[in-house]
Amino acid sequence: MTARTLQTNVIPADKDGALLPPAFRGMAVLEACGNPQCRRLVSMAEPQTRSADDLRRSAQMAAAQGGDRAAYEALLRDCAPLIKAIAGRQGVPADRIDDVVQDVLLTIHRARHTYDPARSFMAWLRVIAERRAIDLLRRVRRHGAREFHAPLAMESYADEGADPARGLAQADASGRVNEALAKLPPRQREAVEMLVLNERSLTEAAAFTRSSKVALKVNLHRALKALRGKLDRPG
Amino acid sequence: MTGSPYDPLIHELAADLKPVRRLPPPALRALGWLGAVAAIALALAAFSDLHALWERISAAPDMWLAIIGSTATAVLAAIAVFELSLPDAPRAWAWLPLPGALLWVAASGFGCLRAWVLPAAHVALLGEARDCLIFIVSLSAPLSALLFLMLRRACPLQPGLTATIGGLAVAAAAATLLNFFHPFDAAATDLIVHVIAVALVVIANRALGGRIFAAPNFVRPA
Repeated sequence: MTARTLQTNVIPADKDGALLPPAFRGMAVLEACGNPQCRRLVSMAEPQTRSADDLRRSAQMAAAQGGDRAAYEALLRDCAPLIKAIAGRQGVPADRIDDVVQDVLLTIHRARHTYDPARSFMAWLRVIAERRAIDLLRRVRRHGAREFHAPLAMESYADEGADPARGLAQADASGRVNEALAKLPPRQREAVEMLVLNERSLTEAAAFTRSSKVALKVNLHRALKALRGKLDRPG
Repeated sequence: MTGSPYDPLIHELAADLKPVRRLPPPALRALGWLGAVAAIALALAAFSDLHALWERISAAPDMWLAIIGSTATAVLAAIAVFELSLPDAPRAWAWLPLPGALLWVAASGFGCLRAWVLPAAHVALLGEARDCLIFIVSLSAPLSALLFLMLRRACPLQPGLTATIGGLAVAAAAATLLNFFHPFDAAATDLIVHVIAVALVVIANRALGGRIFAAPNFVRPA
């Protein structure tokens, strides 16, 4: 299907119907949307109960279901700040909000055929974002339960193998690892980053990278083999 | 617009975009599964002694109620599981089969008193009760497979709950169909075996379905 651009993507915020009287809001969206599918949708919608923004996003999603890439891209860009706000309200720590946004964007992509344009897009998105945020909070809590914070125990523990020169050697080794990692092919590097550095499960990593678990395992195996080869070489 | 950290992912998702067929309404899909169960019921009825079944249930009104209860549980749980399979479904859908399940349990529980209320009734022996367990579990396997097949395009974000309610729908349907080949009145031994069979089916569905629904490839749109 050829890409059709929704004119709604370029409507400035003050012209998307938000400032119009309620009776004209649906009309504003109808006029702005050049897509016949979108027009059908708006005629079915009730301007009194759904905001113009919601109708616009519904129309973009309906167009995306039909294969309109421009509308889809605009919709996902539009969704990112909304997801961030929802994740923040759910109590997701600031450094994990990006994970929730990515999770939700992937979920929207996989579940886009389940969206019914006759219903509110914002309500659909809100529930998905809240559920993904809760999933992440559970993951973080599970991870936290496995670790414990005992700074005094760490301080009073005498490292018998302590060697002042080891810090320098470690810094040197870590520099060599980073360098070797940077030289890996992108898919192999991605597998190492996801599974080893970010400690994601195979299922999560497969969802993020949109590749199969088998492909991820193969890429990780090849990456580790290549890294071993590069790091074993002196210099 | 430029400079968002999500741009590479958004660009990748947009590049991967293909037209998709919208999922039919959950009630319609539930009707499809229930239609398949009804077709199996018709096929089983052809091989069963309907006259004996009629005599059995007309002699014991609680059996009528138990059959109505298990049928209602199957229907309501089927509707609930197709609703729950949507990513934005409220968890409250999981309560939908409760009235049917309560009627089913209460009416079946009355069967425990049968040995005292109707001493002449033929109650199930342990071997006969074991046949019930085998029937429920064996019939649940194809019904579960059909349910998962029909849910393959859905994207449940509550995989465990969805699979559990799916298991309840399957177990209730299998228990209802068992009545065609149940040549004795429900009693305590029989009831316990039924409970074990239903629990086995629900647990197996939860364990297996939870994993299937959670796998990313399962929810990839067609």
